[in-house]
Amino acid sequence: MNISPNWLREFVDLEVDNFRLAQDLTHVGIAVESIVGEGDATIFEMDITTNRVDAMNHYGIARECSAVYDINLIPIKPKLPAFIREASFPIEILDADLCARYTARAVCDVRIRKSPPHIAQRLLIEEHHGVNNIADATNYVLMELGHPTHAFDLDLLEGGKIVVRRARKGETLKTLDGIMRELDPEDLIIADAVKPVALAGIMGGFDTMITAKTRNVLIESAWFDPAAVRRTSRRLGMHTDASHRFERGADWGGTSLACDRVAELVLEIAGGKLGAHHDAIARDLRREAVHLDRAELKRILGQEIPETDIVRILRRLGFEPTAQRATAVALSASTPIAVVETPDSYSVEVPTWRLDVEREIDVIEEIARVYGFNNFANTLPAFAGGVVELPHARAESSLRARLLALGYDEAVSTTFISAADAQRFAGEPAVALENPLSEEAPVLRTTLVPGMLQMLAWNFNRDAKDLRLFEMGHIFSAIRNRVGERGSLCFAGTGAATENSMEAKSRALDFFDIKGDAEDLLSIFAAESVRFDAPGADYYHPGRSAKIVLGKKVVGQLGQLHPEIAATRKFKQDVWLAEFDIEHLFALPLRESRYEKLSRFPQVERDFSLLLDSTVKYEMLQRLLEALHIPELRQVQARELFRGGTVPEGKYSMLLHLTFQSIERTLRDEEVAAWSQKVIAAIEALGGSLRT
Amino acid sequence: MYTLPQLADFSPAALDNAALELKSAVESESRQVSNDSEWKVLRDRWMARKSGILTQLNDFWLKAAPGPSKRDVGQRVNELKRIVEQEIEAALSRITSSASASRIDHERVDVTLPGTRRKLGAEHPLIRTMNEIVGVFKAMGYSIAEGPEVETDYYNFESLNFPPNHPARDTQDTLFIAGQQSKPLRERLVLRTHTSPVQIRAMEKQPPPLRVIVPGKVHRAETADATHSPIFHQVEGLAVDTNITFCDLKGTLDHAMKALFGASVKTRFYPSFFPFTEPSADVQISCFKCGGRGRIEGARCSLCKASGWIELLGCGMVDPNVFGFVNYDSKKYSGFAFGMGVERITMLKYGIDDIQHFFEGDIRFLQQFA
Repeated sequence: MNISPNWLREFVDLEVDNFRLAQDLTHVGIAVESIVGEGDATIFEMDITTNRVDAMNHYGIARECSAVYDINLIPIKPKLPAFIREASFPIEILDADLCARYTARAVCDVRIRKSPPHIAQRLLIEEHHGVNNIADATNYVLMELGHPTHAFDLDLLEGGKIVVRRARKGETLKTLDGIMRELDPEDLIIADAVKPVALAGIMGGFDTMITAKTRNVLIESAWFDPAAVRRTSRRLGMHTDASHRFERGADWGGTSLACDRVAELVLEIAGGKLGAHHDAIARDLRREAVHLDRAELKRILGQEIPETDIVRILRRLGFEPTAQRATAVALSASTPIAVVETPDSYSVEVPTWRLDVEREIDVIEEIARVYGFNNFANTLPAFAGGVVELPHARAESSLRARLLALGYDEAVSTTFISAADAQRFAGEPAVALENPLSEEAPVLRTTLVPGMLQMLAWNFNRDAKDLRLFEMGHIFSAIRNRVGERGSLCFAGTGAATENSMEAKSRALDFFDIKGDAEDLLSIFAAESVRFDAPGADYYHPGRSAKIVLGKKVVGQLGQLHPEIAATRKFKQDVWLAEFDIEHLFALPLRESRYEKLSRFPQVERDFSLLLDSTVKYEMLQRLLEALHIPELRQVQARELFRGGTVPEGKYSMLLHLTFQSIERTLRDEEVAAWSQKVIAAIEALGGSLRT
Repeated sequence: MYTLPQLADFSPAALDNAALELKSAVESESRQVSNDSEWKVLRDRWMARKSGILTQLNDFWLKAAPGPSKRDVGQRVNELKRIVEQEIEAALSRITSSASASRIDHERVDVTLPGTRRKLGAEHPLIRTMNEIVGVFKAMGYSIAEGPEVETDYYNFESLNFPPNHPARDTQDTLFIAGQQSKPLRERLVLRTHTSPVQIRAMEKQPPPLRVIVPGKVHRAETADATHSPIFHQVEGLAVDTNITFCDLKGTLDHAMKALFGASVKTRFYPSFFPFTEPSADVQISCFKCGGRGRIEGARCSLCKASGWIELLGCGMVDPNVFGFVNYDSKKYSGFAFGMGVERITMLKYGIDDIQHFFEGDIRFLQQFA
């Protein structure tokens, strides 16, 4: 909305310049976003908050000026001749719940033409280029007073009356914009005796509009229910200057003034004779006075405001405070009787244009904002409570710290993914948006994988090949009529596993790198058993992926992105992924560090070069070794995995490196030899043998 | 090069002299040995069975010695043999040890070449800012709270004093979950448009006094461009107690902004509108780039657009209607709430010119924060 400070100056005698005026208005909440133009042509571009419909016009802002500078506001008093023609237009308000007041006045024998320059110029403030002098008069008054009005061609209204009622099923109305509207029984309309002639508070009808032929006009100035106007304007997708104001609450008490002001302008610029004034009041919207207690004002604001300021501010804004002083008698032991004046309170009459003010707190806000927020002290409140962390705070920050230490950059990707990706990467039905931002991404992410792949692609396309990224965020799934929302973690690696150095070339990341990182993360938690069960979901490489199982719960999966998917995304390198359901992880206790006594005795190392059948998994070997129950077997390491070459088809060779150590004594050769025999026997039980 | 002299004089003084010469010769020769092949030459020269110096020692000195001196010369020759063997042994261990001078010389590197750096992960700038803000309020007694990103109409709007069908809802550009029409309005689901619903959830859980700080992700139906994103983050705060005042709100935010942006930062408040607070205010801080002067060395400050002020927060006193929804007695308790956009603060702090960078996962961007 635009405001001309020059126009404001017609209503208040301002001494400040426009720059200062803009600042001062902004400081009381009437925000001037920018100042354009110079001198008399200066325009303020305003950003008026939605609650302050009363300030969406010049007179309303002039009223704010009068409060800011404590100066008089010049009243608008239309000068109208005594009416000449008795044109009887009974107004019937059938739906008083939706229309509280309807004021109308006829002006006869007008001449339709272009508006004179002083009107046209004012309309240009809002970039209105003018329609005809009658329509322009209503727009002028909208900019001046803020009350939407409408003018009908009186001769096109049938049956000599105005009926304000809900539409009937099947009724239609062609609105001013030429569009035929199907009406709904919940729509409030203005009708004549026969047909709908306007969508109440939104737009007039096409068939009764002012045209070059119009001789007699009927000016409408009414108060419509905000919710009703909003409902209809939203249903029909019609946001107009009128609906914008009505749905925020117009001035119930101002219908008559606006009507007369339009009539005054019409007589001035279109000639004609004044007709009678009709004012149908279906409901009285004047509200009870608000009680304002100065103690409450201090309780909320933290500071006293001088009584003179309270009264001055409220009066200037159109409120009428009446002081209510009470005296009470207090008894105390030392002084038998003391007379104490209780805090002052006021009964505050609220003006009809301030529908947003109905409670004590609303009045307190009015006083505070005009008094000036920056005139309040800065204090800090006392507090006796303690700080409570989120239950998973430590787990989450450990995960994050470890991922960063492992070289993963944290990323935040999109919440919205395509339906195809939702289907491809998740077993669960996706949550769709009613009003998606794009057709390509209409559902909420069911997993972090699509976002991760998108980010990898982004980097590949910018020649970055060695990537490690992670994201922690919520994922969503449709569970019947509900939305399931869970925390998830996804990390991905691709390219080099190690840095290229001056002397050594890096090698490419592989399954065991990503698994090692996953194990590092899992080691934050006190999980009894972690298993990796091949394969992962079908978007992973079936031979290079696994589910991560804790106890009986699948808490995640990891592996290589399926080469087919990588190919469709034009990835030219292997991509390794891991996903965790972090809520499963957060349910686990954190692993506490434990001290173990250090051995003072030497360790003994033995290597076993094994030939194993391809069906033998390392896990089986591990279990057999555990089953030997040799407490001195401190560490088992698999090294030098080898297939092909001298190793027969269907077999593989592996170097098993065992470390024995006792906490109590130096190990004897015979002991170690005996254990080695046991180990060999176990390996042979698996069908394996020692290589010679 | 040393050659063993034929001796004529076998007096002890002459023998002493000759022995000393030989000793210093083997020492100096062995000291010059720097590799295996040189060592072998040294060894052969001194110890070769046929013509090595030690063999010559036997021939030239011992055999040539006259009878009475034989005993003395024999002792001296044995001592010299021991010394030579020791010296040559020492030379061998010196060149084969890693600490050998030659080895050390060989291992010399160009220290001006760049170091090989193991890549460290970078904290996302939004997470970093969010943690910084949360940290400031935690130190002021605020506990951390969180809530879901998919919210009901009740928590996102109604309980925050956005009545059904109210124009204030228009400002929120809400993304709605599909298929909710059969539900009562308050149960319909939306992507939360602000972190404020967590205020309600926190108050439902716990009676006053209460101080919570709420970091979180929110969504709005905004078209993405350099300054808008449908995904963004907020940090929301709430304090409720007896006697919490507007002055406390001002003091708290003034303190927090000084903690975040430096002690010289000033704050100013001016009226605004949020349905769930009253009075409501927007907060500006004095520009931390130009110090509030609007100009840097005569040029317009690009950060505050020469105004000297940066708009950073929305806040206000909790509206009594909101207390009504959570059964807090608004006659007894009062409180304030505030909220800020994490993207905006991060962009201002680091001079980031495109909000989309936060969500692209571009490592050229992310690694700047490592």
